[in-house]
Amino acid sequence: MEMFDLTLIWAFIIGFGIMMYVLMDGFDLGLGILYPFAPDEDARDVMMNSVAPIWDGNETWLVLGGAGLLGAFPLVYSVFLPALYIGVFLMLAGLIFRGIAFEFRFKSKRNRHWWNRAFCWGSAIAAFAQGAVVGAYIQGFPVEDFVYVGGAFDWLTPFSVLTGLGLMAGYALLGATWLILKSEGHVQDWAYKITPMLLALVLFVFAVISLWTPFVNPRVWERWFGNIQLIWIFPAMALMCSFIVYRSVQKRRELAPFLATIGIYFFTYLGLIVSKWPVIVPPNYTLWDAASAPESQLFLLVGMVFVIPVILAYTAWTYWVFRGKVRVGEGYH
Amino acid sequence: MELDPLLLSRLQFAFVICFHTIFPVFTIGLASYIALLQGLFFKTHNPAWDRLALFWTKVFAVVFGMGVVSGIVMSFQFGTNWSNYSMAASNFLGPMLSYEVVTAFFLEAAFLGILLFGRGKVPQGVHLFAAITVAVGTFISAFWILSANSWMHTPAGVELIDNRFHVTSWSEAIFNPSFPYRFAHMALASFITGGFVVAGVSAWFLVQGRDPEANRRALSMCLWLLLFLTPAQAVVGDFHGLNTLEHQPAKVAAMEGHWETSTNVPLLLFAIPDQEAQANKFELGIPSLASIILTHSPDGEIPGLNEVAVDEQPPVIIVFWAFRVMVGIGLLMIGVSLMGLILRRNGRIYSQRLFLRALTGMIALPFIAVLAGWIVTESGRAPWLVYGIMTHAEGLTPSLTGPMALFSLIGYILVYAVVFYAGIYYLTRVVRNGMLPEDERETTDHNVHRPMRPLSAAHTSFDDDVDPVRS
Repeated sequence: MEMFDLTLIWAFIIGFGIMMYVLMDGFDLGLGILYPFAPDEDARDVMMNSVAPIWDGNETWLVLGGAGLLGAFPLVYSVFLPALYIGVFLMLAGLIFRGIAFEFRFKSKRNRHWWNRAFCWGSAIAAFAQGAVVGAYIQGFPVEDFVYVGGAFDWLTPFSVLTGLGLMAGYALLGATWLILKSEGHVQDWAYKITPMLLALVLFVFAVISLWTPFVNPRVWERWFGNIQLIWIFPAMALMCSFIVYRSVQKRRELAPFLATIGIYFFTYLGLIVSKWPVIVPPNYTLWDAASAPESQLFLLVGMVFVIPVILAYTAWTYWVFRGKVRVGEGYH
Repeated sequence: MELDPLLLSRLQFAFVICFHTIFPVFTIGLASYIALLQGLFFKTHNPAWDRLALFWTKVFAVVFGMGVVSGIVMSFQFGTNWSNYSMAASNFLGPMLSYEVVTAFFLEAAFLGILLFGRGKVPQGVHLFAAITVAVGTFISAFWILSANSWMHTPAGVELIDNRFHVTSWSEAIFNPSFPYRFAHMALASFITGGFVVAGVSAWFLVQGRDPEANRRALSMCLWLLLFLTPAQAVVGDFHGLNTLEHQPAKVAAMEGHWETSTNVPLLLFAIPDQEAQANKFELGIPSLASIILTHSPDGEIPGLNEVAVDEQPPVIIVFWAFRVMVGIGLLMIGVSLMGLILRRNGRIYSQRLFLRALTGMIALPFIAVLAGWIVTESGRAPWLVYGIMTHAEGLTPSLTGPMALFSLIGYILVYAVVFYAGIYYLTRVVRNGMLPEDERETTDHNVHRPMRPLSAAHTSFDDDVDPVRS
């Protein structure tokens, strides 16, 4: 046991799980955010059908994030959730409405516009709340004796509103590039048209956040402008990925914009992690402070080692089954 | 008025979990049924099985969707409202919930996609495999969550150090003393619920004269299943009760409305327990029967509520009456199942309209029984969150205020009211359109005597029509 630092392994697993969630639910939440701007109802059908068979699996990564934190880093779970109480409720309410919209929208003609709204607002609110969590994380939480002691709205600041809007824009970008991949004809044309605008919006918000963050948190300032200069490679890579998105949309490539957007996320995420590492409940608690008992971490790890690769395999397989373009007027079933 | 975050949080948890429970308890049974139908079709190529599978998959999709979204709430509620409990129990609870996610939720979610949308995209055998996988996934999920829940009733395999539980034996903790009974009771309840819903809907289709070939098969299968499962459930329930008597005697005393430890305890059919007076009003019972049931001897001694301090007693009237509702419905279900056996001669179960209508009328009862059962077991645990070790008050989130708890409670009630209303509405429509040949499915109001639709009384001709997907 001494050979491995279980806590470090768990930090990697949870980090991986969160990344998977953000990318996978990101594009289907993004489609919801883009819903009201879609050119017509056919486009909305295509958007929804492109994720209908897989969204449930995508969202399961969120539940894994919650349960995994409870299992491996209970302090994170028991501080973040009370601190974000109102935000968590809003996110869950949003996810509920968009989740049932998948089933109910196709069962309704007369009330379809209501389910369109449920899908759109649900996705938008869930995305905003998740982005606000990132902002709240950067800000930190008042904690005494391993218990959150702040108020109900401490998390809601101009900074967290900005990160909330930023993640909405980011998810919309993922959704648009996913749609380029999965659609054709006028729907795809529309997705090509909006992608550069969304990209510009994302870059603008990220620039503001990047400039603002060091002022919100002096430790982050120290990290970025102290001795370690190698970490500047992450924002550089994220910028390069943005450029690839732009170029590949111009050349009307289908897969490259989506992959490059994933790249933007990946490097931004790494940038965020190095800003805080190894603090997990800012400002005071590190990964090791927040960890559960080693025997629990080990018990769970034994299963994860076998099960997660299997999950990735059959998830990949379902994506493969539903590969290819979603056509207008083509229902599954 | 002072808003009590403890009371509001308990109400919220009870509300959310009651709302959530009715979906999995149905989908666990239904998933197995769909897998069985797909298997029968795969083997016999009789299209009747396929028609049934297709119809019930549509129902499953709606119910499962509602179960998923309400279930996500549960996994976050531990943290938002019960953070002290989460922190204390994380070493055990965290791995349980995580294993549930990785061994069940992912499986269900991924293969549900194949089950719903994969028809024609994957070979028939693979589609069958997806159906079986979803069914297996629902059971794996029930295994973990019931283990975690049972542990809160009969904690084992842990030691408490500095306000945190540390697991000393995983096998003792997972297979804690009440888990096998609770799991068996719940699994049977799921099959019985699925059985009564399918039987009730099939009976309605038979009254309507829709697809008699397929629906006779469905009804017959269900009635055989229920004939064996409903009495079996009574037996399992009895064992569960004995186990509870051993580990949580106060809960059994509340179920029986039994205040003083004594022998020759009567089985009360009716009573109004009065917690303040620590006695019952208007008792009506069968002498010594409770002693016989619980100790298998008429002069067996049964501990009463006076064994525990008054402030550690569960809310007796709730537990007492919820238990009677559960058992009463259970007895009714056994009776109806036996009636099915009697009517079975000469195929009268397919044509005895009163019986068919009664079956349709019973669709809601198993859900009520399940909820009543959960109320018995969960209210009967009060005031303990982890039995004998941690109270509800100790598990509450310290930073939670009354207004916050009220806000989220009202919020969840509103959200779920909309979800439930819409879900029932669309489910009713799926059933009303079910098992009809394609050209006869309703496009207007004329072919089914439907009541005025809830959202609009307007008569429009191109309205909510055939389910455009999954048709």
